[in-house]
Amino acid sequence: MKKRLNVENLGRAVLFLSILAASIIMLLPFLWMLSTSFKEPKAVFGLQLQLIPNPVVTDNYKRIFEVLPFSRFYWNSIITSASVTILQLVTCSFAGYAFARLRFPGRDTLFLGYLATLMIPGQVTIIPNFILLRILGWIDTYQALILPNAFSAFGTFLLRQFFSTLPADLEDAAKIDGCSYFGIYRHVILPLSKPALSSLTVFTWLGQWNSFIWPLIVINSVEMNTLTVGLRTLQGQYNTQWTLLMSGSVLALLPVLILFVLAQRTFISGMALSGMGGR
Amino acid sequence: MSLAKGKKAKKRRSANERREIMAAYGFLTPNLIGFLIFTFLPVFAALLLSFTEWDLLRPIQWVGLSNYIRMFTNDPTFIKVLKNTLLFVAVTVPARIVLALAVALALNQKLFGTTFFRTAFFMPVVSSSVAVALVWQWIFHADFGPLNNILWILGVASPPRWLTSTQWALPALMIVSIWQGIGMNMVIFLAGLQGIPAQLYEAAKIDGATSWKSFWKITLPMLSPTTFLVLVMTTISSFQIFDLAVIMTEGGPANATNTIVYHIYRNAFQFFRMGYAAAIAWFLFIVIFAITLFQFRNQKNWVNYDI
Repeated sequence: MKKRLNVENLGRAVLFLSILAASIIMLLPFLWMLSTSFKEPKAVFGLQLQLIPNPVVTDNYKRIFEVLPFSRFYWNSIITSASVTILQLVTCSFAGYAFARLRFPGRDTLFLGYLATLMIPGQVTIIPNFILLRILGWIDTYQALILPNAFSAFGTFLLRQFFSTLPADLEDAAKIDGCSYFGIYRHVILPLSKPALSSLTVFTWLGQWNSFIWPLIVINSVEMNTLTVGLRTLQGQYNTQWTLLMSGSVLALLPVLILFVLAQRTFISGMALSGMGGR
Repeated sequence: MSLAKGKKAKKRRSANERREIMAAYGFLTPNLIGFLIFTFLPVFAALLLSFTEWDLLRPIQWVGLSNYIRMFTNDPTFIKVLKNTLLFVAVTVPARIVLALAVALALNQKLFGTTFFRTAFFMPVVSSSVAVALVWQWIFHADFGPLNNILWILGVASPPRWLTSTQWALPALMIVSIWQGIGMNMVIFLAGLQGIPAQLYEAAKIDGATSWKSFWKITLPMLSPTTFLVLVMTTISSFQIFDLAVIMTEGGPANATNTIVYHIYRNAFQFFRMGYAAAIAWFLFIVIFAITLFQFRNQKNWVNYDI
């Protein structure tokens, strides 16, 4: 018995050490990024693997705001992600409520139409959307970054699934009290749906913050770059200045990683719930 | 009297119903308008566009199926990107699933520091792929990158030239994509593992089953609905590889890392072949759809919903 216990402990120790090693491998690129961003530009050429920079310099961070309007990129990313997230929360929860709790002719057919588009890869719709925005003269504008992403079929599906699981009793009680449909949506459904709403918030905000192909297509001028395309611009202009590129990457990742570490549970459960289609 | 009452009740009900229908359309309208304009109609617009030739300047021209024929007969790059993407999917999908499952199983053992490990594996998921692609581009740098520095120290005289080698560039992208994709699948597996009732393992232990046997006889079958979900989603996302290829290699060298989505992007927004790009996009959709359908049809052979 004692011997068996020792074998088990040894097994757990081996498991612990291997998962520790794997985690360090997962984190190394981030550490390397951070370390390189504080090195002197010439320090990166040569055979050396020092993780702690010597000397530590902050010039790269100063320079990056000089060579490109990086604070503007932040602003553009914030405006875009926040607008898309808020609009999606409103429009998707409205539609989700109608699909989950109200009866109207054509409901099932319409919902099937929403579902069917979930299977279609985004690349199919980007070309017609680009042409539409070009006709409207919206290329290089905030509405081009925001509007096409503000009405997600996925978000509607996610919230509809969650709203369907809520018990009908409270809704019936509110109806008897003479509550309007909007009142029920606002005072019964929404307060009960915080987990699903926070999932959609995390999923949408993160997706927008990190979105690359869409801003790459609809944005031409440097001032309208979001952080991701801003980094691409930086790469295009300074493609061998690794310390500068790494400090740009750190700046792009920092807000997300800070939020992630602070609200780790919300992030992980939100992403997992969305990833599982709301189940 | 009773007839009049019944009639009145019916009338009142239908007034309520009308109110409900009006409310429903009111709630639906904002989303529906956006959905029709930016998702539903563009799907069909792309289909129509795929039968045309248009560079946005000259008048649009109906060309029938010739875009689809051209893909396979007159565009060697397309054949190359198709092969690259299929190879990429074939390697990264199993790796992303198996490794994620292994990590989830380990973290499910309630080890010391589980929160830290989970954070470490999930960090790439929340990170912008442009930013991580930049650091990986540096890691893979053939002359100054840390990876080859380590390989030199380990005694590899001529390590791969990674992103500048036609042979090693695609494997390098695969490594990054696996690194990026483990975390998401891991948390889904963890949720699935927590749904398996502990009594099953206890019963198996009493019957003298080893943990190896429990894994094959309990964990895997009980987890199969989760595995199915992960398989479908990982496959779909792998087919759409784009960001890494743009930032790390620009599809090179010699198209070694060019992918279907990158080919769509180039044709549409660099060569302004809108019709041809739309045709490739629709082709990608059909491939993804067929594979997803096959996975759904095939699930009865291995997915267990009724234990």
